Amino acid sequence: MQFLSEGVTHAFRLLIVGDAEVISAAWNSVWISISAVLLATAVSVPMAIVLYETKSWVSSSLVVLFRAALNLPTVFIGLVCYAVFSRQGPLGSAELLYSPFGVVTGEFMLAVPIVVSLTFGTLQGLDTRILETMRTLHIGSRLRWITYISEARLGMMVAVLTAFSRCITELGIAMMVGGNIKFHTRTLTTATALETSRGEFARGIAMCLILLLIGGCITVLLAWMQRTQESIRE
Amino acid sequence: MMICAFAGCSQREPSVLRLATTTSVRDSGLLDQLIPEFERTHPCRTDVIAVGTGAALQLGKAGDVDALLVHAPAAEEDFMQQGYGIRRNEFMVNHFLLVGSADDPAGVRDMDATDAFAKIRQAASLFVSRGDDSGTHKKEKEIWELVGMQPDWPGYMESGQGMGATLAMANEKQAYTLTDNGTYLHFREKIDLIPLSTKSVATQNVYSVLVIHPAKHPAVNLELANAFCDFMLSDSTQTKIGQFQIGGEPLFTPMRSR
Repeated sequence: MQFLSEGVTHAFRLLIVGDAEVISAAWNSVWISISAVLLATAVSVPMAIVLYETKSWVSSSLVVLFRAALNLPTVFIGLVCYAVFSRQGPLGSAELLYSPFGVVTGEFMLAVPIVVSLTFGTLQGLDTRILETMRTLHIGSRLRWITYISEARLGMMVAVLTAFSRCITELGIAMMVGGNIKFHTRTLTTATALETSRGEFARGIAMCLILLLIGGCITVLLAWMQRTQESIRE
Repeated sequence: MMICAFAGCSQREPSVLRLATTTSVRDSGLLDQLIPEFERTHPCRTDVIAVGTGAALQLGKAGDVDALLVHAPAAEEDFMQQGYGIRRNEFMVNHFLLVGSADDPAGVRDMDATDAFAKIRQAASLFVSRGDDSGTHKKEKEIWELVGMQPDWPGYMESGQGMGATLAMANEKQAYTLTDNGTYLHFREKIDLIPLSTKSVATQNVYSVLVIHPAKHPAVNLELANAFCDFMLSDSTQTKIGQFQIGGEPLFTPMRSR
């Protein structure tokens, strides 16, 4: 129990002193997840809109597939990435293994199903008259897409932030693909695993607290956005 | 098992031995041969918690285990001096290996480990370190100290992971790394790194069994932990340790026979 309280004081000490290892791990966590989620959003939002607009058995089975992919364990994605990026693997020459960009790729695969499924769900929840009206008026695709995005923006925001929190807190991909290399691919989660195996439990808890802090900021941001959205509606 | 270890295991039966050991011992498979034998002669259950040596010593200090099976003599001496252990017996030894690609960019083949380390540093070749305070990492730091050099060039990476993951990383990068013999023999077929330096005092890897001092933690199962110590030092176990092989190669040398 003692190391819990030690961990809390340790976390603040590390943050105040600006410990180079902690700052590097926190920064890696943040930029890797943000890149993965931004890339995933750029791909997933258009994909969700296309799936919403095309009503066929192909699109509905794709939606089911994306929903099933929400269950993908991060260790599985990590393992697949490892096999593909390894020297003997098909993309071995790209040197993505043990690089932060490899982790971005893996977390991208983690984020896409989340953003697609949640965005699709939000679009389905929209008033069906919007789609019908736009069809009858023969509104161009550009304007149609802008309408969707503006109508479903809150749901999309939730999708993006959910994907972000999943990416920043995951361990499997970061450990297997990134390799936990100090100052290079070490993130807050891999650092926590390392400190625990070292027996430095207080430092491990400190890392988790910093991760929680980042997660907490996101939740506050989400709550704030929801409130502004509501006040606009009123 | 882990939850039990971390929660301090309040309602522990007297017939459970909690043993913290290093991942290198678990991965070698030696304990899978010895522990059933121990459980036959002493009616009990043995819970093995495999972690790095650093974490194993911490578990011992916290009283979460009864005995330790570790390989970091200097850290173990500290542990004993601080009064956390009541008994420490060295029971087997093997050697660390410096492995690298067959190209051997720094040209360290058949060198003593200390000379090899100095040469790798001068050539600024790729080197993957465990960086996790494990017994292997402590040994690596000892060798750097012996050489009188700082491992701080750009090609020096800290994986912060277990030996298996670190060997896989070194193999991918065709880098040098220091490994224990057992993990290397396990991975030999899957990687193309080869042992390069010669065996010497610097690469010696001594394994000890420690019993936690009941004065620090009264809940320690002293009787069973002592029995385990005696068991590891007994003639029949020492013979088994000497006979233990991976891929046709003996892995450990029993200490009693030396």
